[in-house]
Amino acid sequence: MKMQEKHIGASMNRVDGHQKVTGAAKYSAEYELPGMSYGVLVGSTIAKGRITGLDTKAAERAPGVLAVVTHLNSPKVPGFKPVGKDPSQPATTGGPLKVFSDNEIRFNDQPIALVVADTLERAKHAARLVRAQYAKEAHQTDMKAAAKDAFLPTSAQKNPKSPMADYQRGAADALQKASLKIEQEYVIPTEMHSPMEMQSITAHWEAPDRLTLYDKTQGTIGTRRDFAREWNLPEENVKVIATFVGGAFGNALHSWPHESAAIIGAKVVNRPLKLMLTREQMFTSVGYRPYTWQKLAMSATPDGKITAISHESIGQTSTYEEFTESTLAQTRMMYQAPSLSTRYRIAALNVGTPIWMRGPGEATGAFALESAMDEMAHLLKLDPLEFRLRNYTDQDPERNRPWSTKYLKECYQMGAERIGWSQRKLEPGAVREGDWLIGYGMGVGTFGAHRGSAHVSAQLLPDGTAVLQCATTDIGPGTGTAMTQIAADALGLPPEKIRFELGQASFPQSGSQGGSSTVNTVGQAVQDACLALKDKLRELAGAGNPAFASAKKEDVALASGYLTLGSNAAARVPLADLTKQPGAALVNVESKPTGNDGQQYSMYSFSVHFAQVAVHVLTGEVRVRKLVSGADAGTIINQKTAANQMKGGAVGGIGMALMEHAVIDDRYGRYVTKDFADYHVPVQADAPAVEVFFVNQPDYHVNALGTKGIGEIATIGVAPAIANAVFNATGKRVRELPITPDKLV
Amino acid sequence: MTKHPEPDGPANHDENRRTFLKQSSLFTALALVPGTVVEAAAAKLDERVADAFEKVPLSLKINGVKHKVTVEPRATLLDFLREQLHLTGTKKGCDYGQCGACTVHVDGQRVNSCLSFAVMHDGQEITTIEGLADGDKLHPMQAAFVKHDGFQCGYCTPGQIMSAVACVREGRAGSEGEIREYMSGNICRCGAYANIVAAIQDVKDGGQKV
Repeated sequence: MKMQEKHIGASMNRVDGHQKVTGAAKYSAEYELPGMSYGVLVGSTIAKGRITGLDTKAAERAPGVLAVVTHLNSPKVPGFKPVGKDPSQPATTGGPLKVFSDNEIRFNDQPIALVVADTLERAKHAARLVRAQYAKEAHQTDMKAAAKDAFLPTSAQKNPKSPMADYQRGAADALQKASLKIEQEYVIPTEMHSPMEMQSITAHWEAPDRLTLYDKTQGTIGTRRDFAREWNLPEENVKVIATFVGGAFGNALHSWPHESAAIIGAKVVNRPLKLMLTREQMFTSVGYRPYTWQKLAMSATPDGKITAISHESIGQTSTYEEFTESTLAQTRMMYQAPSLSTRYRIAALNVGTPIWMRGPGEATGAFALESAMDEMAHLLKLDPLEFRLRNYTDQDPERNRPWSTKYLKECYQMGAERIGWSQRKLEPGAVREGDWLIGYGMGVGTFGAHRGSAHVSAQLLPDGTAVLQCATTDIGPGTGTAMTQIAADALGLPPEKIRFELGQASFPQSGSQGGSSTVNTVGQAVQDACLALKDKLRELAGAGNPAFASAKKEDVALASGYLTLGSNAAARVPLADLTKQPGAALVNVESKPTGNDGQQYSMYSFSVHFAQVAVHVLTGEVRVRKLVSGADAGTIINQKTAANQMKGGAVGGIGMALMEHAVIDDRYGRYVTKDFADYHVPVQADAPAVEVFFVNQPDYHVNALGTKGIGEIATIGVAPAIANAVFNATGKRVRELPITPDKLV
Repeated sequence: MTKHPEPDGPANHDENRRTFLKQSSLFTALALVPGTVVEAAAAKLDERVADAFEKVPLSLKINGVKHKVTVEPRATLLDFLREQLHLTGTKKGCDYGQCGACTVHVDGQRVNSCLSFAVMHDGQEITTIEGLADGDKLHPMQAAFVKHDGFQCGYCTPGQIMSAVACVREGRAGSEGEIREYMSGNICRCGAYANIVAAIQDVKDGGQKV
């Protein structure tokens, strides 16, 4: 059914904007609880080995210290299963770190003690008094060395149909036989999510078997499940609250050691415990984008038709968890390559476990694929946009089925016009302005338009406000705002009469906010819940008014305090009558994909990014002068917040292309980049004007709203667009990110 | 704007010094009796002794409200605001003065509150994000951030706004380039930079009093 769309698509201000600009928005370390205690973690100073001695006496005696928790005195966490005993984990690894459960050190800065005191200053001071002795073992933190021991992830070993398994189509020897081909290696270093809010948790045992967590998480339901499991508690005994999340970009999609530690600490001192990681700790124990080596070979006909691609990749993981991501997914479906193979491996290092970082593996893979496209176009003396058009896919070459929708060609055209692509010279190094070389580049992104299952409740209150609840979170995209707009249209109420509540595990459940799936999933559930609420109101009205009892639900409307029928102007019932009985006007709806659209169609969002860069001939400094980012992301719910998200993704892509690089000193297995002085992220002066556009064509195969998702494609393809522009400017091809001046002079 | 404590306040410097001397003498006396002190310390009595040293009287005005409190000398202005006064609008993003999330105004100047100790602000006037609006009426910069969507997750936002207000007051919002330069001490990892510039330009061009 087609709604009347008054609010969907509008540039509405955020519903939580007022809270965010006044400081009223509360993040997870900002809840005031009586008897609050403060936890500070002490990390190991070796990357591999065993703790042989721990001296905590001085810390324990320091003023205000309530406890020092280590593996020697930690209460037993019932859900910490020994390696090989957890059926959900590969037998050899053991799953997430079981903090304080043994004396083994698996990575540098692994938490070895939690100091709890009555003030933050006292806890910080006492944490510096803890001394540890170790039996050190040889560690491995160098991916170049570890790559030789790379292995096929267990999930793919068990399941040959896994997307991580080796893939082959067409002729296996096509590349060997080809004469016109390229083969290059590409490297993306370890990158840190670095959200501005450092990971924080306030853990409170309200009773020996009831736990409340104010926690930085992208998934309240997943966090509740993880910690209910650790403590062997019924899920309903664990409350998780994440009303505001200060950025995450993927790093709050996993439960981390500091969360387990805070819960243990709160148990020990029997007081609420607040723990905020330091910026250094953000580099060691809450995930990162893994260092990834890739090799991509491509062959083509002289007239620019790709004949074969092979793409291999090795990503880093930890020794205790197998992390995988879809680095090679875009290569398999993006271009019309009759012969194609992909091969994905991981290598275990003595580091913390990686976690998906915005655009995750696809952004890594796109750097290799889209750079290679540029390299091949150059070899063929073809415009890179023309080369992409010659290999455009009108159906999914991986699954041999139609796209649900694909407006990438339209994106190409719109973007090329906006950046001034016609100014681009085929020969690199051809445009110079004073000491600056000017170049243009493009990169394409894609990400699956995922839709899962979500529950949403909707209730009409006597004052005419509709309250909707869902456990989903909002890490920044403006989820609450988008949901309000969807609900306003579905109910026919002004947005001021909608209250969308999120960020609590006690609300109807949904998946984590990740993989660009929230609007596709929760948005549809909101629409469904609102329609169900309208039907519920019709049913309630029907009890006293036969016109409603027999009415079709599509005919029902809410107008000026009444329930009305479009076909019968005389029929109307005051909403106040229907909401008198508490809980009467309440529905709880589960919404998930139905039918077999998911089997018939390949569903993806697409983006294209065009960059204009200037490279200084003497210093090698790269300035991104302009970025144009366009998306085929289905229906756009809110132009303003969606455009903001696209701009932000582009800024993230600038970081990836030009500055982000987490460096380990392999002698010690320890990061030397540990704050923003060493690990550079784009600041205001690095951010260019980003022009955003949307095709804004609905995809009703994904859901009735027609949305496809934005979060990932905003970043995927940006880094290669910049790298390609740098090549066009200078003739220098940088295949190892970031593109720092030393690589250009 | 006063740089000195209120004359009637207890945070009189001389009085503070006297209290400190008294406490020091007590500590010295105790130190001369090692046996009992060591036992007392073992029984955690040293905490009480230390307690006295860890509290320094402080009198300052925050968002127009006078506060007479005691603080640990090593508490940063940021932690003091967040943990002791529960003014959590000021954010901790790095604790090293690198990200700007903790920006507040001290006697009208923008400072990174993580880089100074609370005790250094005796007698000074602090404005945090909670004190920027005029009651329910948003400060023009706050309203412009809402209008231009100058944020996403909202965590760096209070610092951005405090910096933005100072940027305009300092006369450094003359052009997009100047704004970008003078706002580069405030990191927004969500990347809402362009919208932040638009908000600042709007306020600057609107000519409202900031």
